[in-house]
Amino acid sequence: MLARLCKINFVATLLEVRDLRTHFHTSQGIVRAVDGVSFDIKEGETAALVGESGCGKTMTALSVMRLVPKPQGSIVGGEIHFQGRDLLRLTEQEMREIRGAEIAMIFQEPMTSLNPVLTIGRQITETLEAHERLSRDTPEARALELLRLVGIPDANRRLSDYPHRLSGGMRQRIMIAIALSCNPKLILADEPTTALDVTIQAQILELMRELSRKFGVAMMIITHNLGVVARYADRVHVMYAGKVIESAGARDIYQNPRHPYTLGLLHSVPRLDQPRKAKLDPIEGQPPDLWNLPQGCSFSPRCKFVIERCKREVPPLRDIGAGHRSACWVAETLSQGKVSSS
Amino acid sequence: MSRTQNSKLKTQNSAIVEVRGLKKYFPVFSGLFTQRVVGWVKAVDDVSFSIRRGETLGLVGESGCGKTTTGRCILQLERVTEGEILFEGQDLTRLGDAELRLLRRHMQIVFQDPYSSLNPRMTIGQIIGEPIWVHRLLRDRGECRDRVEELLTLVGLNPLMAQRYPHELSGGQRQRVGIARALALEARFVVCDEPVSALDVSIQAQIINLLEELQGRFSLTYLFIAHDLSVVRHISDRIVVMYLGRVAEIADRVELYESPLHPYTQALLSAVPVPDPAVEAQRERVVLKGEVPSPMNPPSGCVFHPRCPIAVEECGQIVPQLREIRPDHWVACSRV
Repeated sequence: MLARLCKINFVATLLEVRDLRTHFHTSQGIVRAVDGVSFDIKEGETAALVGESGCGKTMTALSVMRLVPKPQGSIVGGEIHFQGRDLLRLTEQEMREIRGAEIAMIFQEPMTSLNPVLTIGRQITETLEAHERLSRDTPEARALELLRLVGIPDANRRLSDYPHRLSGGMRQRIMIAIALSCNPKLILADEPTTALDVTIQAQILELMRELSRKFGVAMMIITHNLGVVARYADRVHVMYAGKVIESAGARDIYQNPRHPYTLGLLHSVPRLDQPRKAKLDPIEGQPPDLWNLPQGCSFSPRCKFVIERCKREVPPLRDIGAGHRSACWVAETLSQGKVSSS
Repeated sequence: MSRTQNSKLKTQNSAIVEVRGLKKYFPVFSGLFTQRVVGWVKAVDDVSFSIRRGETLGLVGESGCGKTTTGRCILQLERVTEGEILFEGQDLTRLGDAELRLLRRHMQIVFQDPYSSLNPRMTIGQIIGEPIWVHRLLRDRGECRDRVEELLTLVGLNPLMAQRYPHELSGGQRQRVGIARALALEARFVVCDEPVSALDVSIQAQIINLLEELQGRFSLTYLFIAHDLSVVRHISDRIVVMYLGRVAEIADRVELYESPLHPYTQALLSAVPVPDPAVEAQRERVVLKGEVPSPMNPPSGCVFHPRCPIAVEECGQIVPQLREIRPDHWVACSRV
């Protein structure tokens, strides 16, 4: 029902995640790694999923790919609609046809996510062969074309090289080439530049933007650094303790954050474009203990704007106007909404 | 380094640490059974700078530029290949182990990874107390326990934490323990090797504030090694930019960020993302071509010339010396 409605209203929506719940069973109890996450990605859009370690952003992406580590983890509820089909209802065989071909993933560690005993060329052609998407070109020709596309110098020779001969930035380019190989509709990039140096990071992000525009691929960039995605994202979803707590257009969320956590994140980092502050303004307290979340809002123990209600009731993610959603009881009255340079 | 520069550095008598012509080459071995040296990685190649008493000197550069090796050489955790390290006027490279051990009290280090730099089998109290015992600063167990509790309070932890083990603590709390350990001996000089890069963004600011507060309280001198240029600007008084084992630029904070002279510094600064799409849309970016070459086989002449946007032919031949272009602003580029 919900899916049908959304299909009528937003034709361009590519991925719809509704109330996704992924839980982990550990010896110390159940961890709700993803706890009721909902968001949309439109065709050709670049979305960012931002949050700190352990907030569930990687698990959200793995859930979309149905790659949650078993047996500890399992998707216990929700819907993931991709081009109108609920991925959670597909058989494993049907899902395999989507992975890599329709939805591709780029991982954080280019050092460990390539197979060390296969040549670069083989790793690209493997994906192509698995999905039998070869009309006229041989896989090798397509692999060469892809390497040139992602800016690998001397691509011809590189096809027969092994991953250890390449630098981190080059390996991440290979990962991008593999992700693009079957012309996917959506690429999930999990911290694609975190392991790279700042000058290489800029190269890779520019490349990803250029390619996503060229081929009209939608991207979801997962990151812990709000700064990295400011230049590239159309929409930003901020996660905390397994929940999306704020969701808005990129310009809107940076200039007018409506959740105390987003506000805190923006305030706590020193910025090169602003005068140096005498003292940084950190978010006090410790990251949430997922085994032992507080009642009510998970952020309430660290929140500056906390009211009595926050400690009793979990605030839902609700619309606060102009496509801006926030999970905070006092979202409308956050007075310091504007990030000031003081 | 020329003689005029040397005398210039000498006149800065407030220096607590002076690094002169530091070189650190690591041998590269080959062969399965007969280990032959087939080459040298020039991790640090002719680096000179001084650290003034009470200041924070930022040391920035990309991975592999030799910033961590420089820090470790200063503390004599690595034997230097060539050069001098003067700590309060004494050349550390010529001291024996026993003499060094006495001086180590005054120079400490905070490591990058708070997960691997604390012994998992020791309690927090033992970790912080160990240096106090080793240096026989306190001989009474009770006094030592009091001192540990005092240190824990100082770094913003509950004194009861002394009973806990590292795995029970979060990353930020572990880094606070690392700082408490460095302060246990009342060190005057602390090398902070990427102390916040392994921490979550919301916790980074807490640790930086703590480091600054402690510096004011105990008049500490910091060598702050990092790759995050926004963090370095916040905490440092002066900054050294390194590239491929060499110093590219040295200047004070305001000067370096407002008028960087070396093309590498300029590119590095422009690559730092700003968390505001409106600002980002108007910023120009110098995206450097190519990647950092291997330090085993660095380019001839200026090591930066293959990636440099303003390089001319002679940059490939002549190694640029560090020159003082403006007062206290040193640049190693012949095109400036």
